[in-house]
Amino acid sequence: MNYRAHDLKREDFAPLEKSQLDEVVARPSLSYWQDAWRRFKQNTRAIISMYILIALAVFTLGGPLLWTVDASKQNLNQTSQPPGLAKHALVVSAFERWTLPTDPSRPEYGDLPPEELANPEGLRAAEAPNTQSVRITWRPVAEAGGYNIYRHTRPPTSMQDLGLPLGSIETGNVHGYEDRLNLKQEDYFYSVVATDGFDEAETYATLQLRPQLAITREHALEQGLSEDPRAGDTVTLAFYPLGTDYLGRDMLARLMEGARVSLFIGVIAPLAFVIFGVAYGGFSGYVGGTIDNILMRLADFVVALPFLLFMILFKIAFGIGPGESGVIPMLVALVLLSWPATARLVRGQVLQIREQGYIDAARLMGASNHYLIARHILPNTMGVVLVTFTFAVPMAIFAEAFLSFIGMGVAPPTPSWGSMCNEGVKTMLSHPHELILPAALISITVLAFNLFGDGLTEALDARMRGRE
Amino acid sequence: MTKGFLVSIRNVISFLGQQRLWAFFCLIIPIVSLAAVNGETRTITISLTEEPPQLNSMKATDQVSIFVLGHLMEGLVRYDPRGRLVPGVAKSWDVEDLDYTFQLRDDARWSDGKPVTAHDFVFSWRNALDPATASEYAFILYAVKNGEAINKGERPITDLGIHALDDHTLVVTLERPTAYFLKLCAFASYLPVQEDMVRAKGDRYAADAGDFLMNGPFKLEDWVHGASLRMIKNEHYWDRDNIFLNEINADYITSDTRARLNLFLDDKIVYTSLDGDTYKDALANQLRIRSFTTGSVFFLEYNHRDGRLTSNLNLRRAIQYAYDADEMVNKVLATPGNLPGISVFPVWLDGVEGKFRDEYPAPKAERNIVRAREYLARAKEELGGDIPPLILLVGNSPTASKQAEYIQGELLNTLGLDIRIDKQIFKQRLAKMTSGDFDIVGAGWGPDFDDIMTFGDLFASWNLNNRGRYNNPDYDQHIRTAMNSVDTLTRMEAMANAQQILFDDAVVLPQYEQGVIYLLHPKLRGVVRRVTGVDPDFTRARILP
Amino acid sequence: MFRYIAKRLLAGVITIWFIATATFFAMHAVPGDPLMNDKAVSDEVRKNLEARYGLDKPLGEQYIIFISNMLRGDFGISFTQQNRRVNDIIREHFPVSAILGIFAIIIAALGGILWGALTALYRNRLPDILIMLLVILGISVPGFVFAATGQLALVHVNAIFGVKVLPVAGWGTFSHMLMPALVLGLGTMALLTRLMRTSMIDVMGEDYIRTAHAKGLSKQRIFLRHQLRNAILPVVTVLGPQISAITTGGFVVEYVFAIPGLGRYFVQAVQQLDYTVIMGTTVFYGAFLVLMVILVDILYGFIDPRVRVSA
Repeated sequence: MNYRAHDLKREDFAPLEKSQLDEVVARPSLSYWQDAWRRFKQNTRAIISMYILIALAVFTLGGPLLWTVDASKQNLNQTSQPPGLAKHALVVSAFERWTLPTDPSRPEYGDLPPEELANPEGLRAAEAPNTQSVRITWRPVAEAGGYNIYRHTRPPTSMQDLGLPLGSIETGNVHGYEDRLNLKQEDYFYSVVATDGFDEAETYATLQLRPQLAITREHALEQGLSEDPRAGDTVTLAFYPLGTDYLGRDMLARLMEGARVSLFIGVIAPLAFVIFGVAYGGFSGYVGGTIDNILMRLADFVVALPFLLFMILFKIAFGIGPGESGVIPMLVALVLLSWPATARLVRGQVLQIREQGYIDAARLMGASNHYLIARHILPNTMGVVLVTFTFAVPMAIFAEAFLSFIGMGVAPPTPSWGSMCNEGVKTMLSHPHELILPAALISITVLAFNLFGDGLTEALDARMRGRE
Repeated sequence: MTKGFLVSIRNVISFLGQQRLWAFFCLIIPIVSLAAVNGETRTITISLTEEPPQLNSMKATDQVSIFVLGHLMEGLVRYDPRGRLVPGVAKSWDVEDLDYTFQLRDDARWSDGKPVTAHDFVFSWRNALDPATASEYAFILYAVKNGEAINKGERPITDLGIHALDDHTLVVTLERPTAYFLKLCAFASYLPVQEDMVRAKGDRYAADAGDFLMNGPFKLEDWVHGASLRMIKNEHYWDRDNIFLNEINADYITSDTRARLNLFLDDKIVYTSLDGDTYKDALANQLRIRSFTTGSVFFLEYNHRDGRLTSNLNLRRAIQYAYDADEMVNKVLATPGNLPGISVFPVWLDGVEGKFRDEYPAPKAERNIVRAREYLARAKEELGGDIPPLILLVGNSPTASKQAEYIQGELLNTLGLDIRIDKQIFKQRLAKMTSGDFDIVGAGWGPDFDDIMTFGDLFASWNLNNRGRYNNPDYDQHIRTAMNSVDTLTRMEAMANAQQILFDDAVVLPQYEQGVIYLLHPKLRGVVRRVTGVDPDFTRARILP
Repeated sequence: MFRYIAKRLLAGVITIWFIATATFFAMHAVPGDPLMNDKAVSDEVRKNLEARYGLDKPLGEQYIIFISNMLRGDFGISFTQQNRRVNDIIREHFPVSAILGIFAIIIAALGGILWGALTALYRNRLPDILIMLLVILGISVPGFVFAATGQLALVHVNAIFGVKVLPVAGWGTFSHMLMPALVLGLGTMALLTRLMRTSMIDVMGEDYIRTAHAKGLSKQRIFLRHQLRNAILPVVTVLGPQISAITTGGFVVEYVFAIPGLGRYFVQAVQQLDYTVIMGTTVFYGAFLVLMVILVDILYGFIDPRVRVSA
């Protein structure tokens, strides 16, 4: 302000009138919870988490209504497909075993030692190869006592690198082989090596081919791909947007069905045992003394019990029939065996908070125990409790997977994200989508609850109030 | 912000550094560890799938123990690399009716230098059959006269049909003519054991490296339980000149196939088996994959007890014609080496002159949905309406669950049958199998000895391993014929009839004959894979220069 | 103080007794037994086996025998590894698990405290977001995956460098411990990071921190003397049971890295229903846990003198 001294006049020093507007409350008075809710709504993390949770709910509940593929329908023609577009397949007639070409004029065993056996010549496909069977044939090698057949997915580089050993032919006069092992529509390199019945020659012949994706008439009819399929037609195979698993089941449908189980267990179980743990630990820490001792020893007792053994016992005690999904018993069992960690954590917090100054002050002012716990102690443990909850979610999901693995929990073919992860781990490097998809969904769920927890902490934290 | 961030980190680190923790962390020294193969010291390193539970040959039952014992001990006879029975401790033998007279070598010795005598065999066979020893494989010695009676406690162990004429002559009398008796002699329970050692050690016999004696190509030098095993060449072994290796180290104990592949890639072990996922890694690393059919057969066993749905023949036939063994092997198992299951008798069994399955081809049910549904309709009539859910009992291994889910889906799809999968852990599954608490159970059988009888008597009504309690007097008769005859043709004809009954009655549903794929160090030669006996056999392995 | 410890030890013994009893009867209630095997045995052999192991006696009598043996410190012989005493199994394998576990805990604790503090100090800024995403990834992915990828990474590193930088599996030297300990500690590290963050945020808002700033104390001093010490209580609470869990557990890591630890025995014993090993390992684990919890409670008093456990 740029007043110069001679600018000030007497009027400037006249007393002001009292104005009614001095002490008007600018905003309505909010209670603790109203304030918390308002701040929660504004919190970025909380908003993101709400969107994710809503998306998950839609995925779980609404998804199956839109995508009606059966999650347990197996399709052995399309196992472990990565996500991609729908494929076209050739319709072929039912499989009949190939009579391997045999040259009766040749002996079954020859006289030459293996290192002198020649290369099989004229290695070719006996007919157009398709994923139902690949039939290769070659001109018999003189004096051979048998052949070894290999298959690779890239050109072989040496005798040591011929690929998968498909099989052996035990006599020298059979000169053909039929391959049906997990054929896919990709480039294969077949190598044939002559043997003397025991040991291999030192040269090999290679043939490159690419089987045509094929489906039998029966399967095409069964899957409803065509009204009247004839051999030679092309049909479009069922579309699997997220690919298939190891038995050819649609990943998207399985993820949706698995969501129900996993989210149910993953949310309800932690909620249950966290609430119980908070009540137990809070009470124990607040009361202290011998009761605290006894209650905590009970918690120790539960932790020290062998988890697997008692799960088996629960399974029998709850009388879950073979092959039935025992979700509720599993829930109860999980809660019963997991609450001690939360209880102990909350107890530790309560012990610390109990000694704070404001507790004594409130007590002196006449606050009851109930008021102290609900109004002062519990809100201050919220941070730790929320962390435990967010960690409990994936723990419950994987515990459920483990229990399904040992026969408790959901029975096959019902999927759950955790068990899909367990299955996916085995083919981690060859078919990563089987692991990545369920793991990603679990991660997103955990992220959502984490953000939710963070938002909640910031909203509820009394110390943050008024310090924006 | 960044500067502040780095400053904070620096502060924390300097705090930690002051605590002299870093000195601890600087102990990272690349170690010079054993390579898988060492040509100079003639050492190889392998891994075991688990700690051998029992190295007492009179009581051993599991694969790992028998594998280790196969390298440390030798019986009357052994198998050569081509699978033929050749002299072991016995250098020759004469057979006259039920009497086998074995002449033992003079130079067969224990690892402490003492000679292996006929008494050692007498002692070990008697001990194995002694009910007080409670050996689970005692039944394999029932071929010897009075063996079964002794094991049941009806006779004293001195009544066993074996005695030593002198230190190097052993006479064995059989209970009944047993064509495959010599092959039995190669089994672990028939190994000799030195009596003095057992008396001295009592319960601690074979508990540690120093607690037993070995008469085989290698002896046990170190045994750190749960961690490693070290076998070194036995300088007292009679055939030591043909043993190339000086040391076999079992330095790693893990059953994780991926971990073993990683060890192989890291050049730490010479052998590992592969599975459906790890073989792709092996191919990517340009390693030579080998395949081997293990000789075990896997099948679905039905519960034939009264009152069970699966005791209905038409139901079983319906499943028989709905099942596609090719699909199981090619799409579900999807690794080479497995053969589609057609018969309970695997392809490697010997027949009269060639292979049993070549001479007596197994009857086969080619997949025929129409026919399957006809059988199902008949079954429904007989059982009075729709078929309630059937319980399929399986173990909790990943392969077992995968196969079970496949079968569940297939039977639902083709026949509309509701199969409930009952996954149980090992002991609970055994308990249910024993009490008959299942409709179908996933089962398998590995051969104990190299003769068709090891599979044949599986479904005889007296066999406790006949979990489904299948009871057919005709079948039993064929088995008895085969057991009591020494004429190969008679035996094989009887077994062929048994095979036919198994098919006609759809007693079990054969699924596949197991194959494994594996990696072997390129410098190693002479490693033998066997269907019965020691597998893989490293005793006469050689390292290429 | 000593009276307190004595009282706690007594309570601990009673707890262990309860644990042993509950486990004993649960074990016998489950179907199956250690003597069953793939190859069925005749009734005579079975009777002999039962007699030899004392399983034919009535349950109450078996229990009394077990308790009296336990008081003498004898847990018997394993059913599956028939030549090993349970005491020997624990004695030989526990140190391996313990060393690995302690190393894993050190990594987890240091990492957790460091990352947790950083996220709290740089709240809502880039380090916080990055670390939190890593934490979430760390707990959403099954532990098996980390073990397998960790081992695979070692194979590749060894291949790239041509020399064996770190062993891929096995046990024996310090370098065998590095990767397994890291993998083992990951889960705990994630948990500690989160706890530390929450705790630190709580503490950072306290008035005495503001006072310390106003007094002119350096950031390090505030961090170490005030923030860390007050925030570390939940971490310590969790560490106690985590230590006992990790040193006796770690099944997956031991399986993948071929480490001869005790973790395997816990799981395998239940699967095989190996009665003696189940009892031995459970009682041992229970005792260890009880001890750790007592230690943690005593530690409370040192960290935060206001906390009086023995109210």
